[in-house]
Amino acid sequence: MTSAPYLLETRDLKKYFGGLYATNGVDVKVAPGEIRCLIGPNGAGKSTLFKLILGTYEPTGGTILFDGEDITHLRSHSRVQRGLSIKFQVPGIFHALSVEQNLRIALQRAVAPAARNDEIERLLVLLDLAHQRTELAGNLSHGQQQWLEIGMAIACRPKLLLLDEPTAGMSPEETFKTGELVKRLNAEGMTVVVIEHDMTFVRQIATRVTVLHFGKIFDEGTLDDIVKNEDVVRIYLGKA
Amino acid sequence: MRNLTSLLEGPQTMGRGPIFWSAFAAVVLAAAALPAFASAFTVTNVAFFLVWVFMALGLSLLWGYTGILSFGQTAFFGLAGYAYGVASINFGDSAILGWVSVVIALALPALFAALLGYLMFYGGVRDVFVGIVTLSVTLVFETFMAQTAGPEWTIGSARLNGFNGMSGMPPLMLRFGEHEILFDGPPFFWLALALLVLVYLGLRMLANSSFGNVLVAIRENPDRAEMLGYNVRLYQLIVFVIGSVLAAMSGVLYTLWGSYITPSSMGLTAAALPIIWVAAGGRKDLTATVISTVALLWVSQTLAIYGSQYALVLMGFILLFVVMFAPEGFVVTSVKAIGTKLQRRKAMTVSRKPS
Repeated sequence: MTSAPYLLETRDLKKYFGGLYATNGVDVKVAPGEIRCLIGPNGAGKSTLFKLILGTYEPTGGTILFDGEDITHLRSHSRVQRGLSIKFQVPGIFHALSVEQNLRIALQRAVAPAARNDEIERLLVLLDLAHQRTELAGNLSHGQQQWLEIGMAIACRPKLLLLDEPTAGMSPEETFKTGELVKRLNAEGMTVVVIEHDMTFVRQIATRVTVLHFGKIFDEGTLDDIVKNEDVVRIYLGKA
Repeated sequence: MRNLTSLLEGPQTMGRGPIFWSAFAAVVLAAAALPAFASAFTVTNVAFFLVWVFMALGLSLLWGYTGILSFGQTAFFGLAGYAYGVASINFGDSAILGWVSVVIALALPALFAALLGYLMFYGGVRDVFVGIVTLSVTLVFETFMAQTAGPEWTIGSARLNGFNGMSGMPPLMLRFGEHEILFDGPPFFWLALALLVLVYLGLRMLANSSFGNVLVAIRENPDRAEMLGYNVRLYQLIVFVIGSVLAAMSGVLYTLWGSYITPSSMGLTAAALPIIWVAAGGRKDLTATVISTVALLWVSQTLAIYGSQYALVLMGFILLFVVMFAPEGFVVTSVKAIGTKLQRRKAMTVSRKPS
C-alpha cells in the first residue's frame, strides 16, 4: 500500500541539550507491519527519540521521514493527521471527562459522525471498559487509565502507533493482556514502536529490537540476536 | 424537535429534556412580557443586566470551556463601545448607517482579537500569562482613552472626550416606509433579549458539537489534544475571537443603552467583574453563567443604592466564598447537590419495592 520501503525512517537524527547529546545521530528504519521495541538504560534517549518523531522537540540536526514524506519540521498535530499516534509515558487522558467522552474526542477527527457511536462501543469492549463508560477517566485505576490512553491513541486510526512504556505500573496479567492487544492491532495492519523495560513483554510482542545507548543505536536485530550480544547484556540486560 | 434538542444538549451543558426546555421557554416568555406589567424603570434596568451577559458568556467559553483565562475582555468591550460611538456620531441619524456602525463596532474588536490572539497563541503564551497580557492590554486602552480630553482627540465629528467619556450616540432604528422602530425602552430590551436567546442557544450548540469537544480537550490537556491531531493554537485563536466578539456585543449594547462609554469601562474594576460573575455561577456551564451574571448584577445594583463600594466589597467576598467552598460555582454546585438527592430518593423508592 505504501510506496516507501519504510514507514518511519530517521536519518542522522540529533538532539543536543546544551552539552548533553540526548540523541546523537540515530538512523532508525521501521518497515510497515513491524512491532519494534526500543530498549536501553535510563537516559539512553528513547523518550527523546519519540519526542523528536512527534515534534515535541525540534531536532538539532537530521531528518525524519514518515511514509516517504519529510516531516522533520511539521507541527505535532500535522504529523498525527498523517498517521502517527502516541500513548505517553504518564497517562495523558482527560481526567475530568467521562471514559466515553475521552474516546469520542479521540476518534471524531478520523471517524464519520454516523459511525462514531458504534466505534466507541467497539473500543469500550476491546479495552474492557464497557462498565466504566460514564465514569470520569480520572477515577479509573492506573492500569485502566493506561488502557484508555492506548484506546485513544488507536481511535484516530494511525498507521504507526508509538507506545512509551505502555505496561508501566501494570500487573503481570494486565501486561500480558496489553501484549495481546498490541499483537491484535498489529495483525490488523498497524505498525507499532514500543519503548519498554519489561523483557517478558518484549519477548511476547517484538518482531525486532533496537538497543539505544548514550543517544546512539548500540545494536539491532531479533531479540534472540540481541541477547547473544555480550555488550548488550552488560550495559542493559544484566547477567541473568 | 428531538433532533433540534439533541444538538442543544450534551455532556458540555447542564439542563436537558422537556422539563428544562419548558422552563427555558417560560422564562423567555415571562421576560418578553416584562414591559407589559413592569415599570419603564424596571425594563431599562433588566435590559442593563442582559447587556453584560454576552461578555460573561464569551468568558465562560474562553475560560470555562477552553481553559484560557482572559482578564481583559473589557478591552474588546471598550473598543466596540468607542468604535460604535465614533461611527454612529459621524454617520448621524441614518437608520441603515446605524446598523453599519454596529457591524464596524463588532468587526474592529474581532480583527484586534485575531491579531492579539495570533501573537499570544502562536507565540507560545500560555496559562496565567494570557491573563497578564490581556489585562495589560485593557489597562493600556483605559490609560490611553483617559488622556484624550483635549480637542485634538477628535475623529470626524466625534470627540473622544478623555476621562469623562463619549456620549450622544443616536439610538438604533428600523424604518419600513412610514413606520419607524426606535430601539429605546422596551424595543431595546426585546432586542437584547432576542440576541441573548440566540447567542445562548448558538453557544450551547457549539459547546456540544465536535468543535466543543475539542475545546474541553484543550482545557483538560492541551498536549494530548495536539497529539490527537487537533491544531490547538488555531482552536484557541478561534475561541478567543468568538469570546471577544461577544464582549464587543456587550460593549455596543452598553453604549446604545446609555448613549455613553467611558475609559473606566476598560479599567481594573470593570475587568475583574466578569471573572467574578463567571466564576461565581460556574464557569464550565453556559446556563450557570447567565444565571449568576444577572443575579450578581441585580445584587450589586440593589446594594449600590447604599454606595457602590459596598457592592464591590460584596463581589470580592462572593469570589472568595466560591473559590473556597464551591469551586465549581454556586449554580453548578447546587444543581449537582439537588441531582444527587433526587437520585438517592429514586434509588430508595426502587429498593423499597417488593421484588
